[in-house]
Amino acid sequence: MARSLKFNIFRYNPQDPESTPHMESFVLEETDSMTLFIVLNRIREEQDPSLQFDFCCRAGICGSCGMVVNGRPSLACHTKTKELPDEITLLPLPVFQLVGDLSVDTGSWFRELYDTVESWIHTKKEFDPKAQEERMENEVAEAIYELDRCVECGCCVAACGTARLRPDFLGAAGLNRVGRFLIDPRDERTEQDYYQIIGNDMGIFGCMGLLACEDVCPKHMPLQDQLGFLRKKMGITALKTFFKK
Amino acid sequence: MQTIYTDVLVIGAGLAGERAAIEAAQAGFSAICLSLVPARRSHSSAAMGGMQAALGNCAKGEGDCPDVHFSDTVKGSDWGCDQEVARLFADQAPIEMRQLAHWGVPWNRVVPGKDTYFKGGKIFDKEEKEENRGLITARDFGGTAKWRTCYVSDGTGHSVLFTVDNVCAQLGVEVHDKTEAVALIQDGQTCFGAVARCLRTGELRVYLAKATTIATGGFGRIYPGTTNAVICDGGGHITALNTGVVPMGNMEAVQFHPTGIVPTEILVTEGCRGDGGTLLDVNEERFMNIYEPEKQELASRDVVSRWMTHHIRLGKGVKSPYGDHLWLDIRHLGEKHITGKLREVYEICTSFLGVDPIHQLIPVRPTQHYSMGGVRTNKDGHAYGLKGLFSVGEAACWDMHGFNRLGGNSLAETVVAGGIVGKKIAEFLQGAEVTFNSGVIDAEVKKQQERIQNIISCKAGTENVYKVRTAMQDALFKGANIFRTDAGLTECVNTLQETLARARKVGLKSNGKGVNPELSAALKIEGQVKMALMLSYGALKRTESRGSHNREDFTARNDRDWLTRTLAYWKSEKDDLPTLDYEAATNIFHIPPGDRGYGKSEIIKADDVKTEDKG
Repeated sequence: MARSLKFNIFRYNPQDPESTPHMESFVLEETDSMTLFIVLNRIREEQDPSLQFDFCCRAGICGSCGMVVNGRPSLACHTKTKELPDEITLLPLPVFQLVGDLSVDTGSWFRELYDTVESWIHTKKEFDPKAQEERMENEVAEAIYELDRCVECGCCVAACGTARLRPDFLGAAGLNRVGRFLIDPRDERTEQDYYQIIGNDMGIFGCMGLLACEDVCPKHMPLQDQLGFLRKKMGITALKTFFKK
Repeated sequence: MQTIYTDVLVIGAGLAGERAAIEAAQAGFSAICLSLVPARRSHSSAAMGGMQAALGNCAKGEGDCPDVHFSDTVKGSDWGCDQEVARLFADQAPIEMRQLAHWGVPWNRVVPGKDTYFKGGKIFDKEEKEENRGLITARDFGGTAKWRTCYVSDGTGHSVLFTVDNVCAQLGVEVHDKTEAVALIQDGQTCFGAVARCLRTGELRVYLAKATTIATGGFGRIYPGTTNAVICDGGGHITALNTGVVPMGNMEAVQFHPTGIVPTEILVTEGCRGDGGTLLDVNEERFMNIYEPEKQELASRDVVSRWMTHHIRLGKGVKSPYGDHLWLDIRHLGEKHITGKLREVYEICTSFLGVDPIHQLIPVRPTQHYSMGGVRTNKDGHAYGLKGLFSVGEAACWDMHGFNRLGGNSLAETVVAGGIVGKKIAEFLQGAEVTFNSGVIDAEVKKQQERIQNIISCKAGTENVYKVRTAMQDALFKGANIFRTDAGLTECVNTLQETLARARKVGLKSNGKGVNPELSAALKIEGQVKMALMLSYGALKRTESRGSHNREDFTARNDRDWLTRTLAYWKSEKDDLPTLDYEAATNIFHIPPGDRGYGKSEIIKADDVKTEDKG
């Protein structure tokens, strides 16, 4: 027999003066292969059309639907009800500005990050449309892609102890972005340049090593290794700078 | 009312829109992209396979060149494309791939040495040359003579979108995300920008621009099942068709992919069948080997989708709470192969279905996948009907795909066309001065404010937007699907006309305050039904079968009467049907209409098609 599922959902519409933050419950009968994507759309279409939440690709690729599911930041689209108890609590991701109900503003947060870490290839070379492409070993391309897989869902930031304390902390997603350019031979920035960005408490030295980021990353990014690598690299850069003086 | 001025306004921040904005920014113009979602969540990110470009670096791509790519594209389009545009595209694609490499895309590269690959379930050898070490490599895709699809693992769209958005950040191209354009500001001759709704506050905003570009992707969401993201709802098209002067091209040309999973309609790759996977029915028996003894499961997308639908119609589908489906069986390929070369499929099945494809069958059915049609533009990307309005990418009917597009050509089109059209926009802006008429702007704002107020206060009625939407989707699914007939399409058009009347009476159940999702849906439902009518009415009138448009009552491709592109206008707001017009599919023939070399060929020949050789 199909289970009856109870969803306790955070509700608040900051644009409505009469709205106050509260929890609201909805009950749905479970169907085969049910995901939170199906659940939330059914609640909106059948029970409360004002319910706000974000989905886009609904295939675990775009990172839109990060939310806290029974205490854990997750992508809602690939969360199956089959793996959850009868009662499920959904909250918006912390750290990010609330738009309403389960919807948060990750866009502004990440756009600011691009400027902070200058999230682009720094090169003096001009593109020559007539020339063959510059060669690159396939292994190098694969290593870059491995770090380029981040979908900026914000789960790692929402689960991060430091990010909850320091609004300017770059989080695992931001630090990983720096790591991506650091190993890209096309980027001409030096270790000193990267040190200027992340060699501080806003960057790699702000990380307390709690590593919830690694636990919750829906793309299984190697965040623990990345943070360790950057801490070591920036530590050495700091020492070099110290002895040069 | 907040009013923002920019040289170029791009509606949509996927690959096509951002790539065009980059060209404008590099030419010294200011550019703002509006997007429903943060730019990197745009649906371009979901394209996994790759981009076709005739670089010819890998062993199986040797001898490739833009001519061969052009020829594959024209055949793929079933001679429905504009050949001049397809030529522009094929010539520019290799340069664009190198440009992307320069910007930071980690393309997979040639690894010299001996290697093996699978084809039709069998294993073959190949050897990559030392001299090509480290150049951009390519993989095999359907309908191509060579291995031509450049890729970044199984995340090409994601990786290219991140790179292009990085360049936007670098150049100062602004992205106003969570912002939805609801209407163009125009006077019937010139486009001056758009009225947009902020999806953080629900407030309206005015964007004024010398050039406005619609780059909002496909409109798969007007069907009940689609591989498209939820944002691919035709919002951009609606702003164009509501002007009454901008036509939609070939709306009836819709591609269906054989293996969308059930439920959620996420795509699983053609590679499953390429590597030997089979399709099974309710009795767990194969059927493609009966319908297509030669190619079996590996016939082309349109052919397999047609037979699957036929089989379900015979009652051989598997019943489920999400509708009838068939099975995809890859169990016999074994654990190593499934968790290795088909890792992504394995992850989709386990994550979304809770199905382990090593031991269980995957529920699939043909699913709406791509919109060949869209805002009709000339080869510069300038929309018909309005000066200063452009369109690019899947949103546009530029028209390099005609009636069927090849895999790997859509993702490539986003950046190649983005670059070409972006340059043309920059040319258009050189020395262009626009006089903004405050009367036109205020009238449009007032109109949108009233529309919103009327929907919230249920002035025209209390129809439920989700029920109306379901009625529209069901009508299209029933009548304008893979198989089309006069009777089915007539019924579809009639049903949609009734649905249009209901759409005009939609009123909210909720209070409509702030970023109300019911209001967002209600604001576009009437436009969506109009698009559905353009699609189904165009399909009804096109009495032939070409590419993805299959008429059971007109099975031949008719080059004598239908070597044309449909142009659908919604001339007056009060109309209940679109006005159809036609133009030649292409003004220049480099390749005269002929046999595609795959699929059944039944052709009514044209007598007077002149060809022109290039160069």
